[in-house]
Amino acid sequence: MSSQLDPQTREELVNPKDRSFTQRLATAADWRSAILIPFLAVFSALIIGLVIIILTGSSFAEAMNAYLALLQGSVGSLRAISETLTAATPLILAGLSVALAFRAGLFNIGGEGQALIGGMFAVWVGFSITGLPFFIHLPLAIVAGIVGGAIWGFIPGILKAKTGAHEVITTIMLNYIALRLVDFLLKTTMFQREGRNDPVSKNIEASAEYPTLLTGIDSAMRVHAGLFVALGAAFLIYWLLFRTTIGFEFRAVGANPSAARYAGISVTKVYILVMLIAGALAGTAGAGQVLGLLGRTTPGFTADLGFDGIAVALLGRSNPWGVVAAAILFGGLRAGGQQMQVSANVGIDLISVIQALIILFVAAPALISAIYRLKTPVASAQISKGWGA
Amino acid sequence: MSDNSAAYEKSPIESYESTEKKSNVLSKSKVRRAKILGIIMLLLSAVVMFVLAPASQGIATFGLSFPDDKFQLDALAIPSTAALYVLAMVLAFLGGTQFLKGFQRKSTLILGISFVVFVISIMIWATAGQEFSLISMLVSTIARTTPIALGALSGILCERSGVVNIGIEGMLLGGAFTGVVMGSLLGGWVGLIAATITGGVLALLLAFLAINYRVDQIIIGVVINLLVLGLTSFLTSQILVGRPEWNDAPIFPAIKIPILGDIPIIGPMFFDQTVIVYAMFGLVALTTFLLFRTRWGLRTRSVGENPKAADSLGISVSKTRYLAVIYGGMVGGFAGAWFTLGTVGRFDEGMTGGAGFIGLAAMIFGGWNPIGALGAALIFGFSDSLSQKLALINTSIPTEFLAMTPYLVTIVVVAGLVGRARPPAADGQPFEKQ
Repeated sequence: MSSQLDPQTREELVNPKDRSFTQRLATAADWRSAILIPFLAVFSALIIGLVIIILTGSSFAEAMNAYLALLQGSVGSLRAISETLTAATPLILAGLSVALAFRAGLFNIGGEGQALIGGMFAVWVGFSITGLPFFIHLPLAIVAGIVGGAIWGFIPGILKAKTGAHEVITTIMLNYIALRLVDFLLKTTMFQREGRNDPVSKNIEASAEYPTLLTGIDSAMRVHAGLFVALGAAFLIYWLLFRTTIGFEFRAVGANPSAARYAGISVTKVYILVMLIAGALAGTAGAGQVLGLLGRTTPGFTADLGFDGIAVALLGRSNPWGVVAAAILFGGLRAGGQQMQVSANVGIDLISVIQALIILFVAAPALISAIYRLKTPVASAQISKGWGA
Repeated sequence: MSDNSAAYEKSPIESYESTEKKSNVLSKSKVRRAKILGIIMLLLSAVVMFVLAPASQGIATFGLSFPDDKFQLDALAIPSTAALYVLAMVLAFLGGTQFLKGFQRKSTLILGISFVVFVISIMIWATAGQEFSLISMLVSTIARTTPIALGALSGILCERSGVVNIGIEGMLLGGAFTGVVMGSLLGGWVGLIAATITGGVLALLLAFLAINYRVDQIIIGVVINLLVLGLTSFLTSQILVGRPEWNDAPIFPAIKIPILGDIPIIGPMFFDQTVIVYAMFGLVALTTFLLFRTRWGLRTRSVGENPKAADSLGISVSKTRYLAVIYGGMVGGFAGAWFTLGTVGRFDEGMTGGAGFIGLAAMIFGGWNPIGALGAALIFGFSDSLSQKLALINTSIPTEFLAMTPYLVTIVVVAGLVGRARPPAADGQPFEKQ
């Protein structure tokens, strides 16, 4: 591991405000890594997806039909766009959670567990308190989700800071602990719905639900106000990272912890704070699913949100606005995937394959450079640093 | 790795070694650790004494033989309340001594013993007034240990050479899938070979991206897991659902070894299992020998510890890593076959259910050593099997908490409370030849 910063990172650390986003795009390498590589990654993944459809016994025309359905299901109508944004909402938050940790040199694989715990906190506030007006009850439930996620993020943070326990291991383990904990809680009288034997929680009060945005036009449009919370969070994280001292400290620790410590930054504090905020973001994502869509919790209700968050953060290159764009793309793939399954009979699991391929190509820009014979290959980002003890 | 906050504040390895040299002078952190361990044991004792013992009555019966075993052992009948009070006293004694004087170097062992005593207490409490087939639980412990131990072995092979492998789960799942398809079409042995090859191919992808393109190894692992989960689920829904005959493989029968298989308890556990289980023990032994007793092993380990030094001595870092990673992947794919060819004979989406991650945990808990990992896998297999079997008899025990144990134990281990596992020094770091 080199302990020296490359000139670009150093420049950005020392003087982040001097170069505007457009100016930064102007340099060729940045343009490649921010726009061209992600675009080619998505393109290549879709091509491989097409090959997989054909290999499983469809004709070329049928496969193209499936992709047409994918397109229609994601942007083909107002309802499709509503579905895309609905799916994108939690992905933005989960992606921000991973992206923020990446910026500080931490790999948060624990979004799944943090979202689960956040969701459980939110659902409890949602069903146990009654008689509140929605402008108090809803924020209260969201805050509960934030607190739940933050607690689950705090644990790996403090372990990393105080004992050096690698966050990848602890967050993976905490994911499974959260899964089992949810299984257990859903069987207790505190959570389980009366008269049910299967693990399902009580339904939240109407006053704790996110208001829907477009049901006035069509009652099937599910997009809800959680979208604004997610976009607000993206702005907040952008502001935190690039406009505040603490954000500067985060990025400094991410670039080189030893140098940051030498410069007087408390690495311990940064690790704890970053994981706390990352957990809070994932918790908000889990809470959003409960308050905006599900209205209750079931075992594993987050459906791999945390892992999708990793994909989103990588594709968005850990930039808050990049994360928003990536989340909308993946939301579109999810929404379109439903349509593809229904009308073209191609299983939605293909979307997971395409997503995995996108991460792969984004994480290995050299591969893309080699395939498309780009000049100046972009170096792979090293985010994790072994198990380091 | 110098960029860790803890490295400056305290390095547990160094402080451990330095206190050993100065023998009787204990560092502050060691005293604190001893106190914490003592408090944990006293808490366990309190739980047994005040929660479990008052709540149990009647005789707890543990079956030690299957009805058709050659030599029958009488079922073990334990008066639950009295036994629990005795066990609580044992725990209190151990915890009190640890808290006041400390067992020093033996304290980790004592903590382990305390946990064993605690688990026995839980079993007695849960079985009070009922019958529990201890022997079938022990037999299934060995079965459930198999994929975990093999998964851990897969991880060890990769990481000893310096390549982090968190794609074990994907390798298991891939092996399970191709194993069942080829097994259904061409028979169990072909399925086993196909599963092994699948793991090898996935490992080749890991090695290629990690070594040639120096992609972040943890990301490759995440990608392998997602890719295999998506691909196998997709192929299941697109192909296997329409062709059930492709998803109906023969299951390897348990082979009883003459004479040894008739020994009470040990016989059914170790000498009446499927070939996959025997192969697991064989592979653990073989890999231990290869890693620590052969030239290949020395080279692999040196590449994982200090690739620069190895390179300067003329060892090809990338070739050595490729070999170790592919061997590891093949072990992982083989382990996957256990899920289909070793148990149910059919594939279900995501059927490995996190066993690969438990394998990863076993690898760390076992200190990147095959024998240690087997021991850790046995503990995890035991907790898994115990929670399954306890769920069958009607007890009030929340089995979810037992199922959590492997994960909790792993966190405790990586946090360094119970000894510290040290990974290979160059684990996860790409090597660039200069």
